[in-house]
Order: sequence, then structure tokens, then C-alpha cells
Amino acid sequence: MGIVIDKLFAFSTKIIALSILLIVAWIFTVLFQHSLDSINAFGFDFLVETKWAPNLEKFGALPAITGSVISTFLAMLLAVPIAIGVAIFLSEIAHHRLKAPVGVSIELLAAIPSVVYGMWGLFYFVPIVRDIFGGLGIGMLTAGIVLAIMILPFMAAVTRDAMNTTPDILKESAYALGATKWDVVKNIIIPYAKAGIIGSLILALGRAIGETMAVTFVMGNVHKISTDLSAPATSIPVTLANEFTEADTDLYFSSLFELSLILLVISFTIISIAKFYFLRRKRRL
Amino acid sequence: MNYRQKRIAINNIVMTLSTISALIGLSFLFWILGVLIFNGIEALNIGIFINEGAPPGYENSGLKQALIGQLLIVMYATAAGVPLGVLAGTYLSEYSQGSKLAEIIRDISDIMMSAPSIVIGAFVYAIVVIPMGHFSGYAGAIALAIIMIPIILRTTDDMLQLVPSTLREAAFALGAPKYKVIIQVVYRGARAGVLTGILLGIARVAGETAPLLFTSFNDNFLNTDMNEAMASLTVTMYNYATSPYEDWQRLGWAAAFILSMFILSLNIIGRLFLLQKRGK
Repeated sequence: MGIVIDKLFAFSTKIIALSILLIVAWIFTVLFQHSLDSINAFGFDFLVETKWAPNLEKFGALPAITGSVISTFLAMLLAVPIAIGVAIFLSEIAHHRLKAPVGVSIELLAAIPSVVYGMWGLFYFVPIVRDIFGGLGIGMLTAGIVLAIMILPFMAAVTRDAMNTTPDILKESAYALGATKWDVVKNIIIPYAKAGIIGSLILALGRAIGETMAVTFVMGNVHKISTDLSAPATSIPVTLANEFTEADTDLYFSSLFELSLILLVISFTIISIAKFYFLRRKRRL
Repeated sequence: MNYRQKRIAINNIVMTLSTISALIGLSFLFWILGVLIFNGIEALNIGIFINEGAPPGYENSGLKQALIGQLLIVMYATAAGVPLGVLAGTYLSEYSQGSKLAEIIRDISDIMMSAPSIVIGAFVYAIVVIPMGHFSGYAGAIALAIIMIPIILRTTDDMLQLVPSTLREAAFALGAPKYKVIIQVVYRGARAGVLTGILLGIARVAGETAPLLFTSFNDNFLNTDMNEAMASLTVTMYNYATSPYEDWQRLGWAAAFILSMFILSLNIIGRLFLLQKRGK
């Protein structure tokens, strides 16, 4: 009897673990199948066509893709230096009594739902952008900034973790030789933890590009590529969030599914690069 | 300026810059937290918990439908996600013996933890909402469970591996079959860690909005039937905040406040569990 239960338990844990892989494969398959209509209708043009006109049954993803790329790029541009600054502050500058509370509050802020960041952006940040740059205040620039603020706690926390992998003995040796804190950061921590730091930043990028709620409030969902950063724009997640429940034709739906597939492939690739290239876990013994 | 003075000067500049960036980052974040607490407490009243949604302008509107809907969706998601995640994590830690397959499952789970949640919503829309023909609480719960499983799987895996193998060996030596060793010895040893993982998993999915937008959708009235479209705090927050009505926006802030406090408490409780364990 015991042996039967034993086998059954082992077997069911294995099946469940394998089903994780199955679900992921299933996600890709389902999204691909539902994209087929759109892929057949537009082919490769879907990726380079700038027109998104549901009433004409014409769908091009370029504005959404560019929007995702630009808003994420802006967010990274703003968040990376600050996150690195925060990480240096937490690992080398802050008094040890300050490290824990500041570190924990940053981790807690990373747990606040992104929809709250989006709401804050809409009510408190959009008016500021409107006053400075004119126009509506919603658009690429606002989305980039709100996204930067939203991703900052996560980015700072993982970057700090990466920096903290540097063995104390290395740092202490450098300090003993008379190195300043900056010397230690530049010549010890960064060379030692380089892969981890870059990996953390790319991981944050992977999260930012798929982030929906922080940007949906402040992007405007206008399918137009504009050189004016303060003009309303769109991105893949913003389009999905706004239009999925409004789609009324098969082709419209299919195009939205193709957008989801594109987004999944992009973020899967970015996260995989971060993971496999930079954050390769050391095999446990 | 000699070389030493130059190095010290550069050090001071860089250290000041990174302290300033820490201050900038923290001040933005505390600005958001302040706004959330200020607006949330201002909008809170007892009516929010006992009234259902009402058209804008009505006195007696509340969030009862969203609170109960959120609770139901997260509960169903937890009921599905926790056992699956824990068992899969058990396989990785106890049975896989470092196989290639286990490594792949770990890697894929790590990637899924950061994958865009709105895509999971689209997937569940395709496999649940389209065949059923309508939005439903179940669909929302399935989407959240899919997001939750990799989180719980990875923490369970890590936490079980922390249990010393001498404990397992002692139990085996007493003649216990493997499943008993796992359930009565390994799970017990890793209880605090696994529980923390579960709490963090729940906290993570409770704040998800995107995967619910087109799975459980929304409802302005109380509904406890998981087979129907169902309100959640997050989607309600999104709809109310983007509406032009001030009283709806206030309800949105109340929802944001309640949800954030819930999620922060789960996070803090989880951390306390771990601290307590380390203290022993």
C-alpha cells in the first residue's frame, strides 16, 4: 500500500512539474493559432504597416511596436542611472542602520500594484507634464516617466542584490589599500558583479516592456508615430488593454492576438538574454 | 591638486550623486505612497464596504461587489495555484536529482515570472472566454493561477532544498517511505519558507489588473457566481479612475488604498515569518 502511494505521489509531482512546460507551449500555440487570420491577411506587412484602422479592416503594428520600444527606452534612460545610484547608496554609502529600512521599503514599493502607479500618473503627473510641455499631458513622455518610476524599485532591488554578491573580503582588501568608496565601486564591485548588474537591468527591461497598467492610463492609445514625444501614442500592451473588449470582427481579434504574440516573443527573448547570458545560476551541488 | 586629493574629490562627487539619486528615487516613491494614503483615507467610509456600485452622483455607492469579487477570484486562483506550485516545486527539489529537465522547468518558470501578464489574459480569453461565450470569474481565477504557479514553484523548490539532507536520511533510516519523508519531515522543516512564498505569490496576483481586463471583466453589482463576469478591485479601480466623475474617482482611490494595504500586509507578514525562522 505504502509503495503505491509513494509511486503515485512521485508520479503526480512529476506530471504537475511537466505541465508547467506544457502550459507555456500551449500559450504560444494558442496565441499563434488565433493570429493566423491576421498573419494570412497581412503577412510580414503587419510589422511595418503604420495604419491601424479597425473600420477599414486594416491593421498595422508599427505604431504599437515603436511605442513600446520608445516608451521603454525612455523609462530605461531615466531609471537606470537612478537605480544604480540607489544600489550604490544601499551597498556602500548608507549607514548600516539605514540599509535595512531603506532596502525593505524599496522592496515593499516594488510590491505595490502597477495600476496604482498608473493612477498616480494620471492624476498627479499628467497635469505637471501638461503645464510644462503643453498639449494633453498624456503621451509617450509621460508614459516613459511613469514607467521609469514604476520599474525603479524592482530595478534598484535586484541591482543591489547583484552588487551585494561581491565578497566582503575583496572590498575590505581594497579599503585597506586606501581605496575610496568610489574606487571600490569602480574597481572591485563593478568588475566583480558586472554580469549580475547588467542582467538585472535587462531583466527590469523585460518587465517594463510588458507592463500594462502603469502606462495605459497615461499613453492615450493613439495609433500614430509622432516625432513629438509629448503627443499621445500607443504601445502593444496599451492597445491590448484598450481594444481587446471592443474588437468586433475576426480579423480585428486576430490582429490583437498577433500583437500579444509579438509582445510575448519580445519579452521572452529579453528575459532569456538576461537569464541565460548574464544571470546563469551557479549549479547547486 | 595631487593625485590623492583628486581621487577623494571624485569620490565625493560620485557619492553625492548617488545619494542624491537615492533621494530622488525615494522621494518619488514616497510621493506616490503619500498620495495613496492621503486620498485613500479621505475616501474611506463604512459605506464602501456595505454598498454596491451605483451610477455616478448617487450617495450610497460602494465597493462591496469589487471586494467580494476580488476575494473570490484570488481565493479560487490560490486554491488552484498553491497545490500545483508546491507539488511541482516538490518534484524539482526532491525527485528530479538535478536532471536537465528540472533545470529547463526552473528556467522557464523564472522567465514566466517576468512575462507580460496581459498576454496571459489574452491566452485565457482564447481558451476559456471564447469557448464559454462570456466573461467569468473562473477565467480570471485561471489567469491569476497561471501567473501564481511559477512564483510558488520556485520558492518551494528553493526552500525545500534548504532542509538539511541529514533530516531526510534520519527519516529514511527509520523506514519511512519517501512521500512520508517529504510530507512529514521536509515540508515541516521548510514550512515558514514555503508559506512565505505562498503569501508573496498571493500578494503578487492580487495586484494584477491586466490579466483580469478581459477574463473576469467587471460588474457594477454584487455577484458571487464565478460563472459570470465579476468585479475586482483592480479592474474597478481602472474603470473608476479613468471615468470623468469625481465620486467614482474617489472610490477608485479607496480601492487602491485597500488593495495596496492588503498586499503590503501580506508582504510584511511573509517577511516576519522568515525573520522569525532565522531568529530561532
